[in-house]
Amino acid sequence: MEQAFQALLEDWKAVKGNVIPLLQKTQDIYGYLPLEAMREIARTTGKSAAEIYGVATFYAQFRFTPMGKHVMKVCHGTACHVQGADSLDTVIESKLGVAPGNNTADGKFTIERVACLGCCSLAPVVMIDGEVYGRLTGDKLGKIVAGIGDGK
Amino acid sequence: MSGRPEVAVGMSSCGIASGARVVFDALKKEVAGRGLAVDVVETGCVGACHAEPLVEVRQADGRKYLYGNVDEARARTIVESHLAGGSPVADLLIPDDYTYLARQKRIILSNCGVIDPESIEQYMAREGYSALRKVLTSMTPEAVIEEVKKSGLRGRGGAGFSTGMKWTFARDSKSATGQKYVVCNADEGDPGAFMNRSVLEGDPHAVLEGMVICAFAIGATEGYIYVRAEYPLAIKRLQIALRQMEERRLVGNGIMGTAFSFHLHIKEGAGAFVCGEETALMGSIEGRRGMPRLRPPFPAVRGLWDSPTNINNVETYANIPHILTMGSAEFAKIGTEKSKGTKVFALAGKIKRGGMVEVPMGITLREVIFDMGGGIQGDRKFKAVQMGGPSGGCVPESMADLQIDYDSLSASGAIMGSGGMVVMDESTCMVDVARYFLSFVQSESCGKCTFCRIGTKRMLEILTRITEGKGEEKDIADLEELAMTIKSSSLCGLGQTSPNPVLTTLRYFRAEYDDHIRNRRCEARKCKALIRYAVDADACTGCMLCARVCPTKAARGERKKAHTIDQDACIRCGLCFEACRFHAITITTGREALQAAGRNA
Repeated sequence: MEQAFQALLEDWKAVKGNVIPLLQKTQDIYGYLPLEAMREIARTTGKSAAEIYGVATFYAQFRFTPMGKHVMKVCHGTACHVQGADSLDTVIESKLGVAPGNNTADGKFTIERVACLGCCSLAPVVMIDGEVYGRLTGDKLGKIVAGIGDGK
Repeated sequence: MSGRPEVAVGMSSCGIASGARVVFDALKKEVAGRGLAVDVVETGCVGACHAEPLVEVRQADGRKYLYGNVDEARARTIVESHLAGGSPVADLLIPDDYTYLARQKRIILSNCGVIDPESIEQYMAREGYSALRKVLTSMTPEAVIEEVKKSGLRGRGGAGFSTGMKWTFARDSKSATGQKYVVCNADEGDPGAFMNRSVLEGDPHAVLEGMVICAFAIGATEGYIYVRAEYPLAIKRLQIALRQMEERRLVGNGIMGTAFSFHLHIKEGAGAFVCGEETALMGSIEGRRGMPRLRPPFPAVRGLWDSPTNINNVETYANIPHILTMGSAEFAKIGTEKSKGTKVFALAGKIKRGGMVEVPMGITLREVIFDMGGGIQGDRKFKAVQMGGPSGGCVPESMADLQIDYDSLSASGAIMGSGGMVVMDESTCMVDVARYFLSFVQSESCGKCTFCRIGTKRMLEILTRITEGKGEEKDIADLEELAMTIKSSSLCGLGQTSPNPVLTTLRYFRAEYDDHIRNRRCEARKCKALIRYAVDADACTGCMLCARVCPTKAARGERKKAHTIDQDACIRCGLCFEACRFHAITITTGREALQAAGRNA
């Protein structure tokens, strides 16, 4: 296990309510939650591996497979829904060949479907690598995706 | 603030997404290039999201000018003409009597878009922490609670319980552990709501000050603010604010030199809607799956780590310093008899001017949507407004004169909720909206209660069938029966309120359900299985745009000749309709659509 991870366990082992912060910070290190890291967290916190896995799978934030180079979150909040977020999914699927919830075959993109990014007055929106793109149309998103895919 | 002129850029998430950072950099560069004695500063959300990026010029003489829809070129014009030349750019100005802003009553948002949210000095220059000082130096905890009670403040998280009462319960509760907690619910999970994000991003200290005052009032020594991880900027600004408080001994041991100590932690949520429910939220802080538990005992008796705990929403805490500064009597003058103060709403959907508005309780929906929000995009017909997210309901156009207060909204079948207002027009299908919310709560149900876990699944299946044109007459009765059973047999608010979007749409838009079931028609032309796209050969110019955007190559044709849509290949995504500049794509539904499918237009 990486040094950063060992240091993390050391820093947090005595803090009460440490399970979720540990999982979050582990994901920051690896980009996902490796099985061995979850076992290690279980040993550190004195809980069973099943309990740690149970907590991790309960929350939408945690991933159990490595992420693509770029993470795209497609917002499906109410405002985005009424402003046509479904057609953004169609564009993504046709341009990148995968439906939300998956990684592209080349590992460039991870596409996630999220409940609401809270930028409702700019609907429909997607968040790519932490940056929000708003007032999208299918055409606009297609160009943005192509631009990022080309490394621009 | 300095005596120098300032130019402030609204840098909340929405502003940044609209290009505020580019504008900020352009202003900085231009001001520096011209050697002007002007400060370029950041501020929070002004609230007029529809006009982002927003830039405010604050002259040394105290006059202020707000510019909307600023881009890089316009930023340079503002510097050249206004800052250097002294004459405001009239074309870009948002007028002083702009109803969107003029009709607001800004208490919670009084600092948002005014101060730099990362500067505690600016917060303090506007009476920040003076309420806390007053409380710690001249009031007893009981007197603080009495003020909050007299103000009539009710919880802004949605349910509308008296805040003063809640605090009394927590204060009176004996702690077996010797510990009490203050928790702020900033897990704003309702899709379509972003009020809390804007307050946290624009004025984080106000929320934290409210929490410290609450801690003093109930006798707590530790607190948590639980923020959803989807709000990275809010988290960052809270971290900065907390550090500044620590430096100035506004939190920690011996606050403001008194004997009162209170430790505050920021907790990042991990993405579970149910954690907006208070017992689930506490479970999540403790590091467990966020599953609600039976109440009573209420958190005031047994909450976080089995200790008495007070949980309030972001906006509730943000009200506290204002109440103590202006006095409960002054606060209670605002609003209606039973709903005091103001409420912040997030206006979104098919509305011309979306954003954040803070209005006095008692204002009507029509005033908010039409007078302030400017009405419906494209001047289409207003159909309904969804309030309160998945726990709320759709209020129809015919009830637009409904007064906004807790009790009137509950009577309509909707709820105040946390303040999301999503406006819908004739192109929104109400059955599809009901299905959308059901699919949301179904996937967010924690799974503890059978009726919520399985009942919402069954309801979703029925609704999906109806939107696919496979509905049956008995579906409506089944939906109603399931809804009532889920309401009465679920433990927490999520389950109990999850059928509300279905029940309100059934109550106000029953004809639309019937139309789907009996005529296979979707009047709004939204349900994919019930519509067909075709090209109006007379209007089509053969520009080929539809063919270019079509993901399945169903739209095709030769340049300058009318195009066609292959019905077998068409997946009805609507991209051609959205792209066509000549209104040449038509959408039919019901009998016409069936005929269109037959002849493969």
